Order: sequence, then structure tokens, then C-alpha cells
Amino acid sequence: MTFLFFIFAALTLFGGIGVVVNRNPVTSAFSMILSFLGLAALFIQLNAYLVGVLQILVYAGAIMVLFLFIIMLLDIPKAENKRFPVFTLGASVVVVVSFVTLVIAVITKSGVGAAKLPAIEAQKGPGQSDVHQIGELLFSTYWFPVQIVAVLLLVATVGVVVLSKRELK
Amino acid sequence: MDWYIILAATIKIVVFVFLVTLPLVAMSVWAERRVSAAIQDRVGPNRVGPAGLLQPVADGIKFLLKEDFTPNHVRKSFYWLAPALTMIPSLLTCAVIPFGSQLFGEKMVIADLDVGPLFVFAVASLTVYGIVLAGWASNSKYPFLGSVRSTSQMISYEISLGLSIVPLLMIYGELNLGRIVMEQAQNGWALLPLWGEGLSVKGWLLAVPLFISFIVFTTSMFAETNRLPFDLPECETELVAGYHTEYSSMKFALFFLGEYAAMIIGSGLAVTLFFGGWSLPFGWLTPESLDAEVPFWHGLIHIGVFFGKVILFIIFFIAVRWTLPRFRYDQLMKLGWVVFFELALANVILTALLLMWLK
Repeated sequence: MTFLFFIFAALTLFGGIGVVVNRNPVTSAFSMILSFLGLAALFIQLNAYLVGVLQILVYAGAIMVLFLFIIMLLDIPKAENKRFPVFTLGASVVVVVSFVTLVIAVITKSGVGAAKLPAIEAQKGPGQSDVHQIGELLFSTYWFPVQIVAVLLLVATVGVVVLSKRELK
Repeated sequence: MDWYIILAATIKIVVFVFLVTLPLVAMSVWAERRVSAAIQDRVGPNRVGPAGLLQPVADGIKFLLKEDFTPNHVRKSFYWLAPALTMIPSLLTCAVIPFGSQLFGEKMVIADLDVGPLFVFAVASLTVYGIVLAGWASNSKYPFLGSVRSTSQMISYEISLGLSIVPLLMIYGELNLGRIVMEQAQNGWALLPLWGEGLSVKGWLLAVPLFISFIVFTTSMFAETNRLPFDLPECETELVAGYHTEYSSMKFALFFLGEYAAMIIGSGLAVTLFFGGWSLPFGWLTPESLDAEVPFWHGLIHIGVFFGKVILFIIFFIAVRWTLPRFRYDQLMKLGWVVFFELALANVILTALLLMWLK
């Protein structure tokens, strides 16, 4: 099923490029959804059903809807062909160069096709899905980080409420 | 055996989605008109064919032959994309619903996923894009208002919809719809624990949270499918026809059919989760296990039972539409966020306490 990988990888990249290239914010948002769908399909091909489905449920199904909602409500106009400030250009060049260096370093270090990643031992009992495994890990080994993340999200929510209330006065 | 799997999947997709679900969509439009007529003491469409049964065919021909008009002020590409986006996710969700036990040793479900209900919610949450896009691309005020309403409504009710089935998943400890149905077939349907292990104090106590989650689930389903009493996105007294005001011909029909397809899949999911899917009551004709061999005619009966239950549920949907008046928009939001969200959360805690106590 390698050709499926190529189809969905192409879809993901196509969507990703679309986000950057498009001038119209709504088209960009839809390209991003396309990219998420391709990514979800890639996860599912790796047998990570839960991750793939959550990718659609949370990102494509909820977060992007809110993005689109805001874009449409504010009626953001198309981006004009304006010159970017030097600082923005410089920062983006630094980010791109360091990312490419990182990728090259990782590839040369591991040797293309030579080294294999160590296989992850499946902790599956009979008839257990990956949902069971993830759930058990989250609520036993990683219960503390999960709580921390939850509190962090709560702080963000409270912060948004405080900020928007201040503007009303 | 690769080609065999692909062949079997293709046959299941073609038969279940295109030869059963799509005609069922057309027939439920007919049923809607007949039932509404009966409720309002009218006759309804009864001219085309026996008892008006061929009315859907006539409607289809009419939709295809009418002028497909694209107004000048719309954003063309998105305007064309939107109707397809409402229809496709509804049909995609058919993939994980088990519509029968077995036929020729083949499980009667297109994709036997371990994340069944999550898959349905994930794909169903994409239907909102069709509506949002239709409203935005139409570039006129009523469709836009309709799509904004629809977005906030669907996001709000998705939360209670997702939370409402958590108690059920906790009780069965399972996310595979096929195994949930098997469990119910042997030990009593979720809402009717009258046989097997369900016929005990434990079974009856657990039926209480399951009943609450059924109420929340069904009501949220009405909101998700944009049907009366929650059809604010297309409420004709305020918004002409809401998000599909600017559409005509087959594009309009796609919105219309997408709504009914979503309703059928919603009914299918409700039947699968709460009414034992393809199983007959009291464990009649129930196979020993999921892998046990099922005789051919048992398999046929199971498929018939599933669609019978789905049709009953659709008639319930229709009867509610013609009985209740429409909610006001603030009432709808209040109901979603203040009543159902809390109720679903409390229900999860109640189930956890009951499960701990009964253990």
C-alpha cells in the first residue's frame, strides 16, 4: 500500500504549501484542513487509529472551524503585495536555514536506509486496541503531566476571559 | 488474498452505501411528507405510483432537470464545493456502522475499526464546513447569518454529543461498535436489560445513566443534523432558507439529501449504541461469539432487523419535527451549554461512581 502513502503525503504537502501561498485567508484555512486530513491518513496508515482520528476530530473538526469562523466574522481582506519588514525576512531565513541544517544533520548522522529505529514493544494484551494502551499510560505513568497540561489550558482560558472583559470597559 | 479483501469491501460499500442508504434517503423524504401529512390531517403525496411511493423518483428527475443557476455575486469555486462537502462526510460515516452480523462468513461492516464512535464523530464534524462554506460563498446576508448560526450550534452540541456516550463506553469498556453490539445481543440492550447478565440489579442500575446519555445523545443529534426543533440555520421565518438560499437544482438537492443522510447515519449510530444494532431481543438467533459461524438466513434476518430499527428511529425523528415548535436561538445555546453539557458531565461521574460501587 505504498502508493497510498504517496497520495496522502502529496495531499499533506499540497495543503501545507497552499496555506503559505494563498492570498485569501479562507482558502489558506481550507488548505490547512486538507493538510490535516492528509496527516490523519498518514497516522492511520501507521496503525495509529486513535491519533489519526483525534487529528481530524480536534484539529480539522473543531479548531479550524473556529479559525474559519473568526476569519469570516472579521472579514479579513486579501493580503496585499506589500513588502515585508527586514526583521521578519531575516527571522524567517534563520528559521528555514536552521531547520534544513537540522534535517541534513539527522539524515547524515543516521545514514539513509542504513540504521533502523529500535522497534517499540507493543504492550498489547489480547484484544486490546491502541486506545486502551494510550488511556492506561495517560492515567498511570503520565497522570501528572496530563494534570499540568489541563491546568495550563485553564490558565489560558481564564486569561482570554480577563483580556476580553478589560476591553469591554 | 489481498484482492479478496478489496473485492469484499467494494461489494459492501456499493451495496450498503449506494444501494441501501441512498434509496433510504429518498424514501425518508417521502416518509417525511406522508407522516407530516398524517399529523396535520392531510393526504400528502399519493399520486405517483402506489401510495405515492415513486414520488422520490419524480422529485429526483425534477431536481436534475431544473436550471442550475449560479448567481453572479458568489465565490464560484467554494460555491460549487459546498454541496459536495455536506453530502460526502455523511456517507463516509457509513464505513464503521455494523449493519448485520455475518453473511458468507464475512462481517457486515465495511471497516471494523477499534475507534468506531470516534471515527463517526470526527467525520461528522466535517459536515459543518459544507454549511459554513455555502453561507460564506453565497456572499449574501441571510445565508451568511445561517452559516454563522450553524457553526456555533454544531460546535456547541458536538461537546455534549461526545460526552453523552462516554458512560456507555465506560460500561462496555470498548470502542469497537461490532463488539458493543455483540455484548448487547448477549446481555441485554443498553436501554432494555431484560436478558443475559443484564437481568440483574447491576444491569438495571446501570440503565439509569445509559438512559440519561440516550436523552442527551438524541437531542444533540437533532441539533447536529439541523432538524426541527433546532433548525435555526435554515429557519425560514427569519432567514428565508438560511445557508442554501442561493442554491438551486441539484446543488440544493445535495444539501437536502445530506441532511437526511446525516439523519439516517445518526439513527444508525443510536440504534447501534443503545438498541443493540442488528440483534433481536432476548438473545434470539444470537451467535455464540463474533467469530462463530452464522447461518445464511440468520445473517439476512439480522440485516433486516438493523434496518427495521433504523426506519423506526427515522420515523421518530420525523414525528418530533412535526410536533415541536422551533427554539429561539438563545434558548438553543443555553440548553446546549447550561443544561446538556453539565448533564453529560454529571452523568460520566455518576457512571464512574456506580461502576466503582458495583465492582
